[in-house]
Formats: sequence, C-alpha cells, structure tokens
Amino acid sequence: MAEARGPAELNFRAQARTWLEANATRRSDDETAGGRRWDLASARVFQGRLHDAGFAGIAWPMAYGGQGLTPADQRAFDEEARDFELPGEFFGIGMGMCGPTLLDLGTEEQKHRYIRPLLRGEEVWCQLFSEPGAGSDVASLQTRAVKDGDGWLISGQKVWTSVARFADLGALIARTDPDVPKHDGITMFVVDMHAPGVTVRPLRDMTGGATFNEVFFDGVRVPAENVIGEVNAGWAASVRMLMHERVSIGGSTRSRRGCAFGSLTEVARSRGLDRDPVVRQRLADLYVRERVVHLFGTRLAQEARLGRNPGSRGSVGKLAGAELARFSAGVAAELLGSDAIAWDAADREGARWAAAILSAPAGGIAGGSNEIQRNIIGERVLGLPKEPRVDRGVPFRELRVGTRLSSPLSTPRSRLRGDPGEGEG
Amino acid sequence: MGSTAVNLVLTEEQEELRDSLRRFLADRSPMSRVRQMMETPEGYDRALWDRMAADLSLQGMAVPDTFGGAGFGQVEMSIVMEELGRALVSSPFLASAVLATNALLALDDADARRELLPSIAAGRTIATLAVAEEGRGWDASKIATTAVLDGDGWRLQGTKTPVVDGFAADLVVVVAHAGGELGFFTVEGDAPGLSRTRLAGLDLTRQLASLGFSGAPARRLVCEDAPCALNQVLDVASVALAAEQLGGLQRCLEMSVDYAKARAQFGRPIGSFQAVKHLCADMHVAMELARSAVRYAAWAADAAPGELPVAAGLARAFCSEAFFKVAADTIQVHGGIGFTWEHDAHLYYRRANSSELLLGGPVKVRERLAERLGV
Repeated sequence: MAEARGPAELNFRAQARTWLEANATRRSDDETAGGRRWDLASARVFQGRLHDAGFAGIAWPMAYGGQGLTPADQRAFDEEARDFELPGEFFGIGMGMCGPTLLDLGTEEQKHRYIRPLLRGEEVWCQLFSEPGAGSDVASLQTRAVKDGDGWLISGQKVWTSVARFADLGALIARTDPDVPKHDGITMFVVDMHAPGVTVRPLRDMTGGATFNEVFFDGVRVPAENVIGEVNAGWAASVRMLMHERVSIGGSTRSRRGCAFGSLTEVARSRGLDRDPVVRQRLADLYVRERVVHLFGTRLAQEARLGRNPGSRGSVGKLAGAELARFSAGVAAELLGSDAIAWDAADREGARWAAAILSAPAGGIAGGSNEIQRNIIGERVLGLPKEPRVDRGVPFRELRVGTRLSSPLSTPRSRLRGDPGEGEG
Repeated sequence: MGSTAVNLVLTEEQEELRDSLRRFLADRSPMSRVRQMMETPEGYDRALWDRMAADLSLQGMAVPDTFGGAGFGQVEMSIVMEELGRALVSSPFLASAVLATNALLALDDADARRELLPSIAAGRTIATLAVAEEGRGWDASKIATTAVLDGDGWRLQGTKTPVVDGFAADLVVVVAHAGGELGFFTVEGDAPGLSRTRLAGLDLTRQLASLGFSGAPARRLVCEDAPCALNQVLDVASVALAAEQLGGLQRCLEMSVDYAKARAQFGRPIGSFQAVKHLCADMHVAMELARSAVRYAAWAADAAPGELPVAAGLARAFCSEAFFKVAADTIQVHGGIGFTWEHDAHLYYRRANSSELLLGGPVKVRERLAERLGV
C-alpha cells in the first residue's frame, strides 16, 4: 500500500534511505527482540550527524537550523526511519512538542537561540505541564511564578515529566496571576533544568521502569526573556503544545511493536494454537481493529494533504489507538497463557511480554485521558453541550483546585507521594 | 506506483453524487414513505425503484457501459449503498444491482451478460442471487440444491432460504450442484416448479423469501470455476453491504446526537452529561473507523483486486459489529422513546442485526479472514 509520491520526494526518500543504511542500525526483524539502548552521549553524537546530513528539522525553517523542506519530506523520512534504531527517546519531546511550539510562538531571539541546538541534540528538552493536582484539569495548576526584578521566581511541583533526568531545558507553565480565572493567569516559560532549585526525582511506574520523573522547583530564577508567547497567555500556548503532542503521539503508534497481529500470530503458531477456532477468531478480530485504526490514520493524512485540517479528529485516532492497545494486551495474555504470568528469570522474552502487557493502560491516560478525548469528540466534533462548570469566570484564588479542599495558595502540600517539603511554596 | 496507491478520499464528483443522492432520497423516500412501504405486501417501493433507474441510473452504476450501465466502480457503488442504508430504503437494490449483477459479471458467460445485464442495469428486470440454504447458511461447500440435465435443459431441485428479495425477483441466479461440481443457473421468477414464500423477517425493510425448486427449468451459465466466482461475488457484495451498514450507522449517530442536544433532564440537555456524551463519542469513533474500512475495501475492489479478499472481510467484520453496537446504543440514548414503535431507532436496530447475519455471520466472516491472512 504505497502512497502517491512526487519525484522530488522520491529523490529525498532515496537519499534518506541511503544515509540511514550507511549510518544507522537496522531494527531487528524479530519483533520481540529488544531495541538498541542509547546512552545520552552517543545519542547526541548521532543526532549531530543526522542534522549535518540534513535529516533533522526537515520541514523546519532554514533560518533557525531546519532544512526548509515540506511535511511530505518529513513523512518520507519518518517512514524510512521506522526500520532503523534512532535515539528518539531523548529528543522526541523537543522535536515533537517544544520545538514546534517555539516555532509557532517564540520570539526571533528565542528561535535563533534554541532551535538549532535542539535539532543537533545539544540540548535535550522536557515538557513541564502536569502536576499532582492538575492532570486532566491542567489549567488548575498551582506552580507559581512570582515577579522578581526583571525576572521570575518559580516554585512548585511537576510530575509525569519524561526525560527530565537528561533535560537541559524545559517548557513549563506556571500561575502568574491568581486573581483572574484559571485559564487567564498562566504563563509558559523556558526553564534551565540545571538552575539552582531544580530537583528531579525518577518516578517508578507500574511496569517497574522509570521513564517519568517528578520535578520540584524551589524559587528557581528565570529571566524575563524566557517567556514563551505573552505573560498570562500561557493557556493558548499550552493548547498549541498539546495539539502538537497529540499529533506526535498519533504518529508514534504506527511503529509500536509487541502486542500486534503479526507478532501474536507468530506466538499462536509457535504454541500450536493457530488451528484453535477461538484463537483464530481473536486474531482476526485483532487484525480488524489494528487495521481500521491504521486506515483511519492514512485517511486523515490524505485529507490533510488536500488541505482539510484534521482538527479535533486527531482525538479519534488517539482514543481508538489507546483502546486497541488494551485489547491487544488482552489477546497477548490469552495466547501466552501461563508464560504471561511466570517465566524463567533469565528469559528476556518473558520480561518483554510482561512489559508490553503492563504498559497497555498508559495510552488511555498519557497525552489526555480517554475521557478527555471523548469530551473533545463530543463537544468539538459533535457539538454536544459542555458540562455546567463551577469555575467559569471565578478568580483562581477562590477556586477549589487540585485534590485538596482548602484555598490553593495557603497550604502547600504535595499530593502524589509524601511531602518533599520543597513543593509548592 | 500510482495505480497501487491507496486512496481513501472521495473526489469532488463522488461527493456530488453522494449529495444529489441524499437529496433525492430525502425527497422520494423519507421515513414516512419507508414505513408506508414496509406495511405493504410487496414491502418495497416500486415507484421509487423506477425513479432510481430513470433519474439516476443507480441500478447500472457499476455495470460496464457496453451492457447499458454507467461504468463506474465499487467506490461509487459504496456511496450509493451508504446513502440507501442511511435512508433505510426498502428496495431490491442489494439483490439485483449488487448480488445478481456481480454474479453475471464474475461468470464467464458473455451471452448471458449481453442478454440479461442491460435490462437489470435499467431496473426493468429485478434479479437476485440464491445461495443460502436451510441450516447451511451461505457456505458454498454445504450447498445441497441440485441441477440435473433433462433433455437439452436443466432442472433444479432443492430449497434456497433466505433469498434476498426472492419474491419480487423476475430472475433468480441459483448456485447448485450439477453432478460433482458447483454451477450457476438462472431461473425465471414465474417458472413452473418454483414456489416462492414470503418470510416474516426481523428487518421490516428488507424482503426475504424461501424458494422451493421442484424440477424448475433452468439455464446453466458458463463458468470455469464456480467456487472462485462465488467468492468473488460475495466479496464485492460484502463491500457493498458494509457500505450500507456504514450508512445506517451514520444515521443512528446523527439521530443520537440530535436527540442528546434537544432532550433535557435534570434541567440540562442530556448530551451535556458525560455518560451520554461519551456514548455518542464512541459512536463517532465507530463511524470514522467504519468509513475508513469501507473506503479501503471499495478502493481495493476497483484498484487492487489482490487485496479484496482481506479488505472485504475486514470491512464486513468491522461494520457489522459497529453498526449493531451503534444501533443498540441509539435506542439507549433515546431512552423510552427509542423503544416505541413510532420511533425509527428500532428499524435501524432490526436492519443492523439482520445485515450482520446476511451473507454469512460474524464468526464465519472472521474465520474466512483468518484463513485469508494465512493464520
């Protein structure tokens, strides 16, 4: 099922493939085999070479270090790169969310200062939005930025921050005016993750791994020129970044391995289950669900190419993908049988299946929960009325926010895990 | 490369076809008319059928122009089927323009095509395809109806049920055993030795019949490989039926959203409650995914026949389940009013349930799909 392509794109695609063949490691055909683990130093080196070769920031403006080509060229590269081990884990947040938002809203100085090092892997970015008391309701965030001379002092706690341990910079949203309604008093900043007062702690998730972190800010100083967009216009900037996030998550699901029809059919075959009529029904069902989600993505991309903005329909793909992940994990467990619940401690395959099954619930929460996606579809696509809201027009200071019952700025407490003592001040 | 590039987006002309068809059906076959027709003994709208042919040439949509058709493909056919499904039109379109037409196109009988297709394409002849048998479903390997040579003609023996629009059909294409092999035959609707019985049906807007053949005279159609031809016919028909299911699903979604906006309880529209809103959102997701599957399958039927067997199974499996769930949830969103005879929700629920089992039910569809995927 190839896409229609113009000659220029084909040429670019061929160049990309040639470069990748010569410089990157091909992914193993064995879908259950582990991918290459990058360390940060070698990831930075690779990313610098990728940029030198003209394959980082393909559709980003040349003035700031991009290649000035088209989104179609970027897609072509992504398709070719799917077969190779690239160090996306460190740079994905910067490339997918922070960079695009800076290009949309940043000042000339910011774009010149940040984009090139981001593309070259010289500076790793993280995104600091979620808080223990502000998940689906991010706008109720309590991290504060208080004016201090010509800069700001930031205090509070963020959570679910990917790559924070390695990050040099972060895009953070904080409350700059508690006397206006919650959406109107938020500002987005670039923060230096190495600044005094920043503490990063790994957060161990249910898989046993720790890809996320908690980040504490204790009077961290940020200069005035680090505001992204306007002061108190941080909500609009956040919406923009979340939109980039949804696109970026939607794009990444295509390369997901593990509990997929192909690998699970192999599992069934290797266990002699592929003649079992019930197993055959389940595999066919998995194929159908997997394929329709993929076809929807293709259709949306084709419509986008014709100039039809996907808008909130991206939520359809995100929601369907999250439900598919849960369904596939169920099929995987069913086919693996007792191998899914106990395996030889030295057996990497057993551990990998466990990780695949355990990570399935994440998709329904990360990047906007299934419930939030259904609200978006219901309200923005179908035009159903919103729930009556108790916080509309009410100054943030007077709201009950987070998970606590007292007013937000009087009792600093961390909610997630104990009280680090340096949380919201 | 261009010829194999998957295309899931309609052209402007195709969208115009959909729009004009939607206007035509809103005008000629509103739900009041559908209800009026389902109460008649014939169960379908002959006047509408004639207008479909005269004004829009729908019956010949996917028939090559050499046989008097419009020469379009399955993408256009899927647009027609989607709109017919959306409006819940009672007509022998699936039987005549899809099943029987594709049978004649899939076989190797040039004479039969030349003699029969122009009249079917023009809507003058209503034809159908009789495959299923009592207790044996649509499984070609289980067909028990037989054809025996009698002089220089053939005679059929057996019972076909259910046959879509079997009572209205002027011409029945029958799949039967002739000696050791499967064959296709045609029998005139008023042939001696053919007894036709209207069946009571779950779906009030699609007419099913039982056809008993006791020595009915038949004409054998030329066919190299009947099982293969039958697969081809059922695959193309599956795409059309999936499109019809998508249309019904789409209409259920619209009814539910409209009602959720208009109906107030506890002092606010019920669509503002997440329990109802999320049900509607899930319907919308089902619609988007079903539409993607139908577009792909229709594209495959026209441009990538090698992908059709899997694509047809995919579209049927997904659309069957999705339409049935959405139709049931539509009644749920409507609450008590949705369970009344007066409300249209039950007509879609009936259609959804019935269509899911037509041409082979979901278990059969998935098994065939698994087989075709090499599982």
